[in-house]
Amino acid sequence: MAFTLYSLIQAAILCINAVAVLHEERFLSKIGWGVDQSVGGFGDEPGIKVQLMNLIRSVRTVMRGACFFLLRIFSHLTVSG
Amino acid sequence: MEYTAAQSGFRQQHNMRLRNSSMDGSDGSQLFDDTSATGPGAQGVYRNQQADPQAAGLPGQSLLSDPMSNLAMAYGSSLASQGREMVDKNLDRFIPISKLKYYFAVDTVYVGKKLGILVFPYMHQNWEVSYQQDIPVAPRFDVNAPDLYIPTMGFITYILVAGLALGTQNRFSPELLGVQASSALVWLIMEVLAVLLSLYLVTVNTDLTTIDLLAFSGYKYVGMILGVVAGLLFGKLAYYLSLLWCCAAIFVFMIRTLRLKLLSEAAAEGKLVRGARNQLRMYLTMSIAAAQPVFMYWLTYHLVR
Repeated sequence: MAFTLYSLIQAAILCINAVAVLHEERFLSKIGWGVDQSVGGFGDEPGIKVQLMNLIRSVRTVMRGACFFLLRIFSHLTVSG
Repeated sequence: MEYTAAQSGFRQQHNMRLRNSSMDGSDGSQLFDDTSATGPGAQGVYRNQQADPQAAGLPGQSLLSDPMSNLAMAYGSSLASQGREMVDKNLDRFIPISKLKYYFAVDTVYVGKKLGILVFPYMHQNWEVSYQQDIPVAPRFDVNAPDLYIPTMGFITYILVAGLALGTQNRFSPELLGVQASSALVWLIMEVLAVLLSLYLVTVNTDLTTIDLLAFSGYKYVGMILGVVAGLLFGKLAYYLSLLWCCAAIFVFMIRTLRLKLLSEAAAEGKLVRGARNQLRMYLTMSIAAAQPVFMYWLTYHLVR
């Protein structure tokens, strides 16, 4: 498989986009991955599922903040090229 | 610093342009005047009067008696040092240069011992990294410390050996070298990112930095090179045998190194510790170590046909 750095960047952008569009109410709560269901893991053992949910939420927050415009512009430039 | 005559001439014109544009921009002919010895006397006097108050504070350079060259050299050197400071400051923000220097503080004895451990880790007894007041000791003094010299050299050698192997199959072209290089680099980056992600998910409290992970992932290039060279010299059977040996060696090496870093104290000493978290850490260590042989095979099987 001949990968290039360019394809890696493209794949990374698409993956981040995919994680960011997981909707909180419509989808994640239905399968029990909403952030309101993660409270309660006090102590020093958060567990993988809680970490994953936190990760998804933080990716979504970052994407909706500053990275939104950056990545949109970047993906327009790269995916079309 | 040395400035050729042409360069100092350019800087003198640049100087003149700056000062003239600030004072009087109407005299266009002075900008392109030749500042060699045949300049007209009036303009030479004008320049000297301007240059002297500034040349008085410069360190005396007895080589060049012309104050214009003094001024130009001082200006040029201050410009260069400012530029270098700016580059250093900005570069240090993105790539921690001082931390990188630690990983390249190696010497021949260390490299020899480390290569020996990478190929034959079964006799090595003490795998702990020694510290010196909370700072890990430089690789020169501790054979267990990770370094970046061997991975970098291994990566470059791998690309060259891949080019050689492709050449023996009459499939070589110079672009393929770049393709191989970027492909291997991409797999390396993906592996480091995957390990970082899994370390985050399992919430391991470890002092493994990203560069450490890069170093550990780069150690497999040594085994890959040995496998491909054996395959080129002695045929496919030798390739498979030496690759098998190097895969086993890297597997044991990674497990023994990561065990001390990832697992808790009790588990690292070999006692069976119950608990979901320790089990998860054990699985993580095993999977990181098991990914190395997979990558080693994946990146070299197309080179030996």
